[in-house]
Amino acid sequence: MANIMIRQAEHGGLSFYLPKRDLEASIESIEFDTPEKWGGELKLDNGGAYYIEPIARPPRLPISLRARRLGAAED
Amino acid sequence: MAVLTRDETDALIAEVLEVYPEKAKKDRAKHLAVNDQSVEQSKKCITSNRKSLPGVMTIRGCAYAGSKGVVWGPIKDMIHISHGPVGCGQYSRAGRRNYYVGTTGVDSFGTMNFTSDFQEKDIVFGGDKKLAKLIEEIEGLFPLNKGISVQSECPIGLIGDDIEAVSKKASASFDKPVVPVRCEGFRGVSQSLGHHIANDAIRDWVLDKRDGQPHESTPYDVAIIGDYNIGGDAWATRILLEEMGLRVVAQWSGDGTLAEMMNTPKVKLNLLHCYRSMNYISRHMEEKYGIPYMEYNFFGPTKIIESLRKIAAFFDDSIKEKCEQVIARYQPMMDEIIAKYRPRLEGKKVMLYVGGLRPRHVIGAYEDLGMEVIGTGYEFGHNDDYDRTIKEMGDATLLYDDVTGFELEEFVKRLKPDMVGSGIKEKYIFQKMGIPLRQMHSWDYSGPYHGYDGFAIFARDMDIALANPVWHNMTPPWKKTSDAENEAIAA
Repeated sequence: MANIMIRQAEHGGLSFYLPKRDLEASIESIEFDTPEKWGGELKLDNGGAYYIEPIARPPRLPISLRARRLGAAED
Repeated sequence: MAVLTRDETDALIAEVLEVYPEKAKKDRAKHLAVNDQSVEQSKKCITSNRKSLPGVMTIRGCAYAGSKGVVWGPIKDMIHISHGPVGCGQYSRAGRRNYYVGTTGVDSFGTMNFTSDFQEKDIVFGGDKKLAKLIEEIEGLFPLNKGISVQSECPIGLIGDDIEAVSKKASASFDKPVVPVRCEGFRGVSQSLGHHIANDAIRDWVLDKRDGQPHESTPYDVAIIGDYNIGGDAWATRILLEEMGLRVVAQWSGDGTLAEMMNTPKVKLNLLHCYRSMNYISRHMEEKYGIPYMEYNFFGPTKIIESLRKIAAFFDDSIKEKCEQVIARYQPMMDEIIAKYRPRLEGKKVMLYVGGLRPRHVIGAYEDLGMEVIGTGYEFGHNDDYDRTIKEMGDATLLYDDVTGFELEEFVKRLKPDMVGSGIKEKYIFQKMGIPLRQMHSWDYSGPYHGYDGFAIFARDMDIALANPVWHNMTPPWKKTSDAENEAIAA
C-alpha cells in the first residue's frame, strides 16, 4: 500500500502522483466514475496499474488516498 | 535547424559510450537521448533520477545540499545549523548568492555559517548535548532570530542522534520554532530528495502554524514559490507582479522570512517557478488549502508575456487590463535590447547543463536573442522535467541526464557550440578548450536574469562572454601559421 495523490490535470483528465517515488503520470482510465462510486483500478500512461477502494466521488481534487499496486513496479 | 541529423547524433552518442565497459555502457546509454518532439512521455527515450555510476565524474550534489543550500538556506531570519562536521556548511557558505535585505548577524543570517563542528567524541558519545548547547548559545548571541532549523549532515543519521527530541525541547523552552530536518547527504541519489525532505519539513513544522489566525487578505494575494533570489531574481519577478496589481504575500525562499511562509496558506494562487524543488509543498497546499498552483517562466520576453497572461487569467478583468499595460510598457525596452544584441548573437549555438529548471526555462530567452540551444540536460531532473523539456527543444538535439564529466567534454568537442551554460566545475575546463562558458547556477556573479530587467542583463552577459577578445588568442604566437595570423587580424 502506498499513499498517492490524484489531481485534476492542467489540460483535462486526471493525474496520478506517488510522493514516495516522486512518480507523476496521467491516468488513462478509471474503473468506476460515477458520483456514488468512484475509484477501482487506475490504469496509468506509463504502463502501471493501481487499485484504490471505490468511494463516493470526491467533491474536490486533489485528494490523497491509499493505493495498492497491481502488477510489477514500473519506472 | 539542428546541427546534426538524428542519425549523426545517435552515432555521436554511440561513439562517446564506446570507452565504457559493457555494463556501464548499457547503463549510461539509457541516460542519453536524441530529442524527438513527437514523444509524449520522456521515459520512452530517457531515464532519469537514478543512482550515478561509481567511478564516473558526476556533477550532482547531496540531500543536504538540496535542503540546506536550496530550500532552507535562503530563509533569512532563521538560523540554519549545519549539524555535523564543519566542512559541509563552511564550503557551501554563501556560495549561492541568495540576496536578501537585512543586517547580517543581527536580524538576518543568510550568509553566515552555523555548525556544531562534530569531533570524534561527538561521533562516539552522540551529539545531542552539543546541539542543545549550541541552540542555547545561538539564543544568547542572536536573539533576533525568528527560528532555527537543524540541517543534518551524514553522521547524524549514521550514529542515530535524536535531533527531533532536542528540537522539541528547545522549541518549548525558547518559544520559537526549531525544525529538525533529516536531510543527511547519503539519502537519495542527488539533491532532489533533499528538496523533497525540506518541503516535507516545512509542511510538518511551519506551514500550519498560523492556521485559523486572522489575516487581512485581498483577492489578489499570491506567493512566489521556488525563486531563490539569485542575484536578485525574485525582486525582478516581484516588481512585475506588483505592477500587475497583485499582492505578493510570500517569497519562497529567496529573501523570504518565516512569517511569510506561515502566511502562505492564505494566498489565492501559488506561482511556482522552480517546479523541481518546490512542487511538493505546492501540491500539499493545493490539497489541504485548495490553493491552485501554476508554473511560470520569467526568462526572456516571449515566455514572460506568455506567463503574465496566464497568471492574469486567474484573476478579474482589472488585473488582465493591468497585465496588458505592463506588457505594453516594457515592450519598447525589449525591442531595443533585441535590436541591439540579436544581430551580434544571431545563430550562435549553446549547450546547457544545469540543475532543476533552467535546462528548459532559459531556452526561450536564448531564442529571443536568436541563439539556438543544441543540447540540454539536468543534473537531478525527473521524468516530469524531461516531459516538459522535450517540447521546448528542437528536433534531433541532444538530451543528457546526469551527464558525466567525460561525456559532456566529448559532446562539446564534437558539437562545437559557441557557448556552454553550466557551473563553476565546468567553467575552466571549457574555457581552456576555447569555448566561452557562462555559469547558469549563479549567473556568473551577475544577475538578476528573471523578468524584463533581468533579460537586459542576460542579453548583455551573453554578449560580453562571446565577444571577449581572449577567444581570438587561443593559439600561442609561436604556433601561429601565417593563415592563423591573417585570421586573427581579420577577426
